[in-house]
Amino acid sequence: MKRIRPKLAVWKFASCDGCQLSLLDCEDELLEIAGEIEIAHFLEATSASAGGPYDLSLVEGSVTTAHDAARIQEVRKQSRFLITIGACATAGGIQALRNFADVREYAAIVYARPDYIQTLATSTAIADHVKVDFELRGCPISTRQLVETISAFLAGRKPQTPPHSVCVECKIAGNLCVMVGHGTPCLGPVTHAGCGALCPSYNRGCYGCYGPMETPNAPSLSAWLGKLGMDEDALKRVYRNFNANADAFRKESERHDR
Amino acid sequence: MAKADEAAATITVEGLQALLRAIRAGGYRAIGPTVQNQAIVYDDIESVDDLPRGVTDEQDGGRYRLARRDDDALFGYAVGPHSWKKYLHAPKLRLWTAERVGENASVTPEAPPTDRLAFIGVRACEIRAIEIQDKVLVNDMYVDPHYQALRESALIVAVNCGKAGGTCFCVSMHAGPRVEQGFDLALTELLDGTEHSFLVETGSDEGRALLAQVPHRLASSREVEAGEAVIEHTAASMGRNMRSDDLNELLMSNLEHPRWDEVATRCLSCTNCTLVCPTCFCTSVEDTSDLSGARAERWRRWDSCFTMDFSYIHGGSVRASAKSRYRQWMTHKLATWIDQFGSSGCVGCGRCITWCPVGIDITEEVRAIRGGDASTEDSR
Repeated sequence: MKRIRPKLAVWKFASCDGCQLSLLDCEDELLEIAGEIEIAHFLEATSASAGGPYDLSLVEGSVTTAHDAARIQEVRKQSRFLITIGACATAGGIQALRNFADVREYAAIVYARPDYIQTLATSTAIADHVKVDFELRGCPISTRQLVETISAFLAGRKPQTPPHSVCVECKIAGNLCVMVGHGTPCLGPVTHAGCGALCPSYNRGCYGCYGPMETPNAPSLSAWLGKLGMDEDALKRVYRNFNANADAFRKESERHDR
Repeated sequence: MAKADEAAATITVEGLQALLRAIRAGGYRAIGPTVQNQAIVYDDIESVDDLPRGVTDEQDGGRYRLARRDDDALFGYAVGPHSWKKYLHAPKLRLWTAERVGENASVTPEAPPTDRLAFIGVRACEIRAIEIQDKVLVNDMYVDPHYQALRESALIVAVNCGKAGGTCFCVSMHAGPRVEQGFDLALTELLDGTEHSFLVETGSDEGRALLAQVPHRLASSREVEAGEAVIEHTAASMGRNMRSDDLNELLMSNLEHPRWDEVATRCLSCTNCTLVCPTCFCTSVEDTSDLSGARAERWRRWDSCFTMDFSYIHGGSVRASAKSRYRQWMTHKLATWIDQFGSSGCVGCGRCITWCPVGIDITEEVRAIRGGDASTEDSR
């Protein structure tokens, strides 16, 4: 009996390619993935491309141009199941810093001929444009969670990517809380788990790469970070990172934007 | 393990070293306090040199720091971020593995562990916490075979606290600082100028057999008195206190108190209080399958009543607001635990206060609900 493998497509929007690279980084599992799923469109891996429709689309990057705003509609039409991967696709990415400023000013500073640049005033998440079936967080995503998500898709089950705080991962790992124990500012209590508490495991505060956790209470955390010595400007900036445009982080940074 | 039942002995620091040697020679994995990454945490130890010598801790809401003592005490600090549940009730545990065999599946349960653990330096509040987890995980309707295997073979070398931490309130919860039961051996550290020794009480046949292998002598009445003074001093210097005789009635008759809304503005729902709590036992199971669908596993991991998934049933989470989650945790810990398991779920160790990233203080919350001024002390 010939087995029909589901067809996979990987799409890039405004992004650094790091998240789709995570798929190639699945070195131990890559051959098995290719065995279970037909990698039909993945330009980072091969320029050979099979046409749609696709059973599963992994979408990286945010929408920053009118062209991409139209293209994501096409991708959605060709995809039975669409999963966004990484902070750009799920929240707009670092390039969403433009949402807090005037993009024409940015373009004038960066480019010799800003009139050549056709771009939207904002960088937005894929879910702001089309229906998204599942969001995989992170900057970049974790290869472990990517394999888990693909395995779950193949088995027709829910992926295990809990939306609680990074603190749970620290405690399960036995990490010392860097905020209580060292006085190091940390976004872990308001940040979505998934990285395995990478930074706190090395005595760094969490940078919030996975975006807001399920029930973030950023104002309370900010009040405590203030006691640890962060001023209003620092509080504004600490939330303006890879997930600056995620709702809870955007609102909190704006609260400290005098 | 029973209550202390005979005259105390005295051992020196070298005697303690001999005791650790005897414990390890008896096939135990010795685990005790160590200094790591600027905190006192539990880990494997081989000798007294691994213990935190001359170190103490400063604790307050949301703050923990180590400091030097002006002596060489080996147990001169309160409890740190870890509790013994890390060993008895593992943070992550595979429950079973399933393999596809043709049209069927073969399920292999995870075998209970065979390690024999010796816990060195267990405080009175921690013994009380272990007894509370025993009630939930072994002596109730359902038995956790993994916990049971480790618990039944565990050796407990307790320590009467020589110093109360800044967030300690075991006296209020009648859980310390004196170790009264549930130990094989109980030590009281005596530091008298140049002399450094330990009073040793025995609480089990195994404890007596271990002491017999170690150089010791009968404690003098002066040493016994000194040991009493250490415990009395600790009891009199608790960092926190909380009236506890009426908590069930107080909390359950104040379920709509405005303080729940106030604490919800500060609570992060981050779960730290529950995961550092030595009695919180909640877990979640996660099923995973591999890419080919040939192999599946079920894992159990620590969970918390502060996560949304914890109370998720079809349609959403039962406790959707931070207010309802904080109220659930505190009323269970201090009130409904009594109805459910016959005792309070709190032992007054203070971990939930120290390790809350924003310093929420359960004793202060109780005082506020009691209606008094949070800055004034009430009776124990």
